[in-house]
Formats: sequence, structure tokens, C-alpha cells
Amino acid sequence: MSDNHDVDYLRASTGIKSWLLTIDHKRLGLMYLASVLFFFLIGGIFAILVRTELFTHTETIMSAQQYNQAFTMHGVIMVFLVIIPSIPAALGNFVLPLQLGAKDVAFPKLNLLSYYIYVTGSLFAVYSMVSGAVDTGWTFYTPYSSQSSQAVVSMTLAAFILGFSSILTGMNFMTTVHKMRAPGMTWFNMPLFIWGIYATALIQILATPVLAITLLLIIVERTLGVGIFDPTLGGDPVLFQHFFWFYSHPAVYIMILPGMAIMSDLIAAFSQKRVFGYSFVAFSSLSIALISFLVWGHHLFVSGQSALAGAIFSFLTMLVAIPSGVKIFNWVATLYKGAINLATPMLYALMFIFLFTIGGLTGLFLGVLSVDIHLHDTYFVVAHFHYVMMGSTIMAFIGGIYYWWPKMTGKMYKESLGATGAILVFIGFNVTFFTQFFMGSQGMPRRYYNYLEQFEFYHQISTIGSYILALGLFVALWSLIDSLRNGEKAPQNPWNASTLEWTVCTTPPIEHNFHETPHVTTGPYDFGIEEGYSD
Amino acid sequence: MDIKALQSMEVLVDSVWTPAVASTQAADVDGLFYFIYWSCIFLGILVVAPMLWFLVKYRVKNFSRKAYSQRDHGVLIETLWSVLPFFYLVVLFVWGLRGFLNLYIAPPDAMEMRITGQKWFWEISYPEDDVAVSGQGVEFVVPVDTNIKLIIIAEDVLHSFFIPNFRVKMDAVPGRYTTLWFNANKEGLYPVLCTEYCGKDHSNMLAKVRVVKQEEFRAWIEKTQAASNSLPPVALGEKLYGSKGCNACHSIDGSRLVGPSFKGLYGRDEKLADGSTVKVDDAYMRESILNPAAKIVESYQNLMTPYQGKLKEREIVGLIEYIKTLK
Repeated sequence: MSDNHDVDYLRASTGIKSWLLTIDHKRLGLMYLASVLFFFLIGGIFAILVRTELFTHTETIMSAQQYNQAFTMHGVIMVFLVIIPSIPAALGNFVLPLQLGAKDVAFPKLNLLSYYIYVTGSLFAVYSMVSGAVDTGWTFYTPYSSQSSQAVVSMTLAAFILGFSSILTGMNFMTTVHKMRAPGMTWFNMPLFIWGIYATALIQILATPVLAITLLLIIVERTLGVGIFDPTLGGDPVLFQHFFWFYSHPAVYIMILPGMAIMSDLIAAFSQKRVFGYSFVAFSSLSIALISFLVWGHHLFVSGQSALAGAIFSFLTMLVAIPSGVKIFNWVATLYKGAINLATPMLYALMFIFLFTIGGLTGLFLGVLSVDIHLHDTYFVVAHFHYVMMGSTIMAFIGGIYYWWPKMTGKMYKESLGATGAILVFIGFNVTFFTQFFMGSQGMPRRYYNYLEQFEFYHQISTIGSYILALGLFVALWSLIDSLRNGEKAPQNPWNASTLEWTVCTTPPIEHNFHETPHVTTGPYDFGIEEGYSD
Repeated sequence: MDIKALQSMEVLVDSVWTPAVASTQAADVDGLFYFIYWSCIFLGILVVAPMLWFLVKYRVKNFSRKAYSQRDHGVLIETLWSVLPFFYLVVLFVWGLRGFLNLYIAPPDAMEMRITGQKWFWEISYPEDDVAVSGQGVEFVVPVDTNIKLIIIAEDVLHSFFIPNFRVKMDAVPGRYTTLWFNANKEGLYPVLCTEYCGKDHSNMLAKVRVVKQEEFRAWIEKTQAASNSLPPVALGEKLYGSKGCNACHSIDGSRLVGPSFKGLYGRDEKLADGSTVKVDDAYMRESILNPAAKIVESYQNLMTPYQGKLKEREIVGLIEYIKTLK
């Protein structure tokens, strides 16, 4: 073994304690990654149970009560334990300081605390699963949630605690971006991944406290009997929806912005080109973050809110389409005259463009007032948000894992396995969720245990699609596990990428990331040009 | 409750997208739906076609060459794709708002009906005629080509009243009136679905609306009035067992649902949650219908909605007499 100074972060110290009490952002990133993937598996099992139950239009494998609990657990786990922490907490933690040329995040101990708050929150969630499962849906709408089983208290408490993990991580990242940039790393020299994570952190800090307030009010109402949302106690159930979506719509952007953040880096690296319209892409992240606070009322078009409020929220909602469209167009323009390499991370990036285009465009149907009245709370909505949450964010997450896997582990995965997984995921995903657009526009409501027999055909196709999707995800997981044992040693910069974590930092990184502080003199996407060509 | 029979009603469908049009407002909603649909196909091709073309044209293996260009901005094209979508979105917004106001504001001459959502059935009443029908899968009748305004409220938790073929939907909120209106212009039978999650039997909270000519509508109203006034107690109780939703939680064959079965209930000694015992007689049954929280049977939860003020004396008697017959 060479001088301790040169040993990579995985071997710098050993023993279980060196992991559990680490303040190294890279190890914390891996711990988040393992936790998030574990809960992704659990949430996925619930998804498969739900889809299997829906294979026939009456009872298939479980009772109505169990079905309601299964889709609630699927939603709660996927939103609070998987998607929200996925990219920022797992990949953001690992990559952000490396890309900035920093030794660590601004507050390493706070970072460790965030992880344990996340663990505590997830334990509460697991407890309420075991202790008599919640059946309210992940939205916890009152007054149903005020009257349903006691496990609602522990489940909302779980979401409350997880919120704090999210706030602290956001704060940590924001401070890091402001204070820890290497010399020469100006704001406009930062990789777009950082811009996306920064915009996400902004929303996490400003919106999550509102969720905490709301969930606390539910707990107060349930345990002390104070009437806030429950009409039998003099409360207003629609007030809850305002509170809930004031957080949860920005939270949708907490989920999608990091996906977009990864996209810019992947598209640049795998087409060996500068990102087209860098500043447009950077500022579109910030404008999405700002507008996201002003659109919550589009979840309440049929809840009895006034027509004027409906009109304003509809208009603001449509404005989000502009920065989202700008991003898509810029990514496609980046491919033009590039040197495009279809490695597995790029397959997921291209999948993202395709699926996010569908997810975004179907959002137009739902932002338009009169059409939304018909589509609201149908499978059209279910399909739309799965295209955005799963089809976009999770695909970007998986693409990001493949992209930074050599950096994290020092091993290369097998391209053939990676590509097979990606293709199965793509087919499975579209078969599962595109079918749901048909059902939804024909009027099939969401959260239905039994359903009209005429929709059985669509449901069966969707269920079969979900099995293909699950198979694809297992192949992807296998390709990663396999690389740990049989993978070739990763070269320093396997993608010929241009950001600091690949150009300066070793693979895998040393404990303190850089031997000496890097001095940045070039832009984030400084690739060469083929001989004989200019511009 | 026969779930298969309940779930066999059909939304009338004439394409893979929105269902058949059966109200005056639905045509405008569909016009906008298909406008967005075709423009989305156009926009989708605008994104995906160049993407696929670039992938084919510029694909390399193993970073074997560099890019042909590092151009990273173009003022004209970026202005175009930032500004043009705005005009498209304004068109969508204005069209959607017009349609929404048309769905939202009922004409002043509309006939009024009352809708009450309760776990897990709808009650539909016609205040002008003092007629009400209710129950899981209940069928109610409205006249064709008539403006009809529904005033909606919920008894317990949120529900939502959705008629796919009419393109109308409105939440039923406890403690607050919401409204929707429609003008059904095609005779037929159309499903009504609950679209706000409300618990165990959410997906069985269905109803059917039959659209008929004005004369047939009057005849149905008169027939329904007559039927509800002339039934003997046991038959009335049997009818209420379905229409007031008792069947969602209490079986009549001894099987255990959310609440105790009615089979063999009358005259039995019930063990209560507080350890005491009570004999099931007329007084106990009356109390348990009107104020169910007063005495909770052991191993069951306090979930039932109180029926105080919601049943006439005749109806309470009918229910008790009906339960007595279930030996």
C-alpha cells in the first residue's frame, strides 16, 4: 500500500464505524445511494402488487383495504424516500464538491446529521407500514386522514422528519456553491449539474417548512382534537389541499430539476460538445424554481376554488412549459454536429428526452382548465406524472449512476448488460404507462380497486408492461453488482468528460478529493473540435 | 352486493381517447382536447425527429473523433423557441378558460337537483318533487335537452361527482356547497363515478344517469314518489338497506364486514367494547342507527356515520322490522 495520501476514499479507512460515522461527502453519497435503492426496491414491490391486483376488474390477489394500503405505501415511499433524496442526496453529495473543486461540502457534520435524520424518518415510515398501514394515499387528504387509522400519525411524522433532512441538505449545498468554489470557478464556469442542484436546494429550503407545518397541523388535529381541516370540528378540508400543494407542487420540481441537471452533463459528455445555450439552461432552472411556488392551485380546479383563482393558476402553470421547453430544445441542439457515443448513460439520457417530452406535453392537457375538468383524478394524470417522475427523474438518476459509477467504485460495468437493461426499461415503461393515457381519457378514475369491466383490456396490458419494466430494472441492477466483482478497472476518464471530477480528480477520488486545490481556467464543457472544422 | 354486476355498466366510447359526447359542453372540451392532441404530436415530432436524425448522423464509437462544431448559441433560434411557445400557450389558456367558465356558470333557468356523497354511495334528490333515490349503483333520471344544476355536498369525507360522457366533474366537500351543471343532449344511460379517493369502497361508489324525454322523466318521478309512500315496513326496510348504504358495512348472510352482520342480530346479547353486554332490542337498534358511537360492539371500530335527522320515523321502523326478519 502506498502513502496514505494517495489511497482512494474507499480504502482510506476501514471498519464499519469508518462508514457509519463518516463525514466524507463521497461515503455519505454512497450510503444515501444504498438506502435510496433499497427503498426503490420496496416501493417497486408495492407497485407490482398494485398492478397485479388490477389485472382483473374485481378482486385478484388482495382485499380493497390491502390495495388502498399498497398504493399508499408505493406513493409515500417513492416520493419521500426515493425520488426526493435520490439525485440531490445520493449523486449530489458525491459529485457536487468534486465538480466545484472543493474538499467537501460546507458543513460535513451537518451532512452526516441529514443522513441520520433521513434514516430516522424512514424508520418511522417502516414502523407505520408494520403497525397497521396507512390507507390515505400519499396526499393525506383531510378529512379522510383525520378519521382513518392511527398509523397516519406516525406516517405524517415520518414525512415531517424527512423534510428536515431535505432542508438541511439543501442548505448545505447552497452554502457550498456560494463559498467553496475553487479559484477560477465562476458562476458561469460551473457545470449545469450544479445549477440544477442549486435551484433544487432553493425550493427545498423555502417550500419544505410549509409541509412540516401542514403535517404538524394534522397531528395536532388528530391527537388534540383541534379543528383545522376536519369540518366536524369546524375546520376546512380545502385549506389542507392549499397547504399540501403549496409544498407538494414545488416538490414536483424538487424531483424533476435534479434530473434535468444530470441531463445537461450527460448530453455534453456523450456528444463531446458544449451545451447549447448554457445561460438559457441555467436560468431556466431558476425560473422553474420560482414559478413552481405559484402554481399549486392547479390541483384544485374541481375542489370548489373560485373561477378567478382557477384562471390565474392555469395561466401560471402554462408558463412553466416555456423554460421546460427551452431545456429540451437546447439539449437536442447540443447533439447537432456532436460526436455522439451511445453508451448506457447516454441511452438513459435520450430516454429522458423522449419520455419527458411526452410527460411535459401531456401536462398541457392538464393545465388547460376545461380539459382538466374531465381528466382530473383519472389515469391520464397517473400516466402524466409517471412520465415525469419515473420516466424522467428516475431515468436521469439511473443514467447518472451509470455515468458516475466508475468514479464511485473504480469499476466499469458491461455495456451489453447496461444496454439490455435500458432497452427493457424503455419498452416496459411505455407499455405500462402509455396505455394509461387511453384509459384516463375514457374516464377511468385513479385509486380504484374494482373498476368497470370495459377497462380490463388496458389494465392487463399495463400490468404486463410493469413486469417487463421490473425485469429491465433488475438487469440494470445486476449489471452494476456484476461490475463490482467482474468489472474492469476504470480508467481515469472513461467518457472523455470535461468537468473537474473527471479531469483532475483521480478515479476513484482520494479522501480529500484533490491533492492540491485546482485552478480553473476553462469553461465546464471544453471539448476539442475535429480537425478541418471551425466554429 | 354483486360487484361484477355493479362494475358491468359502461362508459359509452367511440374512440380510444375521450368518450362519446352526450352533453352540450362536451363538444367544446373535445375540440380543445384534439387541438392540444394534434399540436402535441407536431411538437413531439419537432423534438424527436431531429434527435433521431442527429443520433444516426453523428454517432461514433468509443470517442473515436471530436465534434464537428462547438457552437453553443444562436440568438435567433433561442429567441424563437423561447417566445413562440408563449403565443401558443396563450391560445390554449384563453380557449380553456372560455370552456371552463361555460362549465362553471350555470344558466339561471336551470332545474336544480341536490347530490349528497357519503361513504360509499350517492343520494340524488329532486327538491321540487320531494323525491330522492340513493344507493350503490343507483339509477337516476334526468330530462334530455334541459339545463340541470347540481348542488353538491358530502356527508363525511371528500368525494367527487364525475360523468365522463358529459365532461363534468366536481368535488363533494363536507360543510360546503359546490355546483356543476350540464345539458344532456343524447338519450341513454351513462355511468357516474366517484373520483376523489374516499376509502374502502371508493371504487364501488357508482351511479347511473338515464337521459330520457321530458314526458318519460315526469312519469319516472311520479312512479318513484308513489313507490316510496306505499311500501309496507319490511319492504321499505329492505329497500333502505341498499339505498342508505347499510349494505356496504353490514352483511345479511352472517359474513363479517366493516360492521356486525344483521343476520340473527335481533334478540341477541352483544358484548360491547367497554366490557358490558346489551340485549339487541328495538331501543338499542334505534340508538345504534341514530347515534352509533353510543355503544360500540367489541372488536369493531367506531366508523359509522350517525343517521340522526336523516331518516323519517317510518324509515327507522322499516329498518328495524327488516332486521328482525333476518334470522
